[in-house]
Amino acid sequence: MAFEIAGKTYETDEEGYLANLADWNPEVADFMAKEDDCDLTENHWEVINFLREYYEEYQIAPAVRVLTKAIGKRLGKEKGNSKYLYELFPYGPAKQACKYAGLPKPTGCV
Amino acid sequence: MSDAAKKFMYVNRRAPYGTVYALEGLEVVLIGAAFDQDVCMAFIDDGVFQLKKGQDTKDSNMKNFSPTYRALGDYEVTKLYVDKESLEQRGLGEDDLMDLTYEDEDDDYNEKPSIRIVSRDELADLMEQQDVILNY
Amino acid sequence: MLHTINKSPFEKNSLDTCLRLAKPGSEILLLEDGVYAAVKGTAVEQKMVQALGDYTVYALGPDLKARGIEEDRLIDGVEVVGYDGFVDLAANSDRVQSWL
Repeated sequence: MAFEIAGKTYETDEEGYLANLADWNPEVADFMAKEDDCDLTENHWEVINFLREYYEEYQIAPAVRVLTKAIGKRLGKEKGNSKYLYELFPYGPAKQACKYAGLPKPTGCV
Repeated sequence: MSDAAKKFMYVNRRAPYGTVYALEGLEVVLIGAAFDQDVCMAFIDDGVFQLKKGQDTKDSNMKNFSPTYRALGDYEVTKLYVDKESLEQRGLGEDDLMDLTYEDEDDDYNEKPSIRIVSRDELADLMEQQDVILNY
Repeated sequence: MLHTINKSPFEKNSLDTCLRLAKPGSEILLLEDGVYAAVKGTAVEQKMVQALGDYTVYALGPDLKARGIEEDRLIDGVEVVGYDGFVDLAANSDRVQSWL
């Protein structure tokens, strides 16, 4: 599967995750979010950027439980809970946010 | 973690990169950690090479998954037992291993080392304490 | 505790590591290429004879047969079991450690 933004083609897997990490740019996230009828706010970007940094450091996309805890530590308790994260990413914070961040599906995500 | 959590030990006896065992084993640990289990890992024989510091796969076109061991603490996998004899046979010591730590929630989030070097007797005792032992 | 070994002792160190870490009184079952460790007159025979002092050692019959190993070639003390015996051993152990 694939989609196109401004003439450039982006390969994805069958679930819509970007095939090549290196292809990612913010427009990709915006495009994917639009497909899901989701407008990315600053709060979304905080999580997306956090995930990209996490991946950079550990070479994995964190499971939702791990993400929630880590977000709480980084961005404050009021954000480190599943209610807040599910409101931002109703399809599941780890899955949906990882997708927008251009990461593979989280390890430990069943 | 509930008292009913089963004790799982993942035993790693293969070097990274040469075969897919090490990476697959690590992924299974991360997936398994989502469930309510008391997980530990043992590194025996060539498995100790998985924890060698300074791994760099840039020139060999493989994914360097050694940084992922540093995420184990986030997944509450905080007990990594390394067989002392296997290390010594391979000319390695504790200083050759990655500095892996976890934050102890029960102790004001102090950082503590995850790696514990153990003797053959300690390792044998640990195995006897497990409910399930899985090998990679 | 039941330990199983399915690798040839001439190719992998599974047997050595098992013998180093298994507690005396444990059961050891040799299967697949692991059964080569049960044969008399090999380079690992001495090791196996010593192990028989500490452990009960079994070898899986169908795997011996598949490899053309007759029972009279086995080290004294090694017990041959079939698949049903393997199942009993596993069922009667608290845990199983498979040395791959």
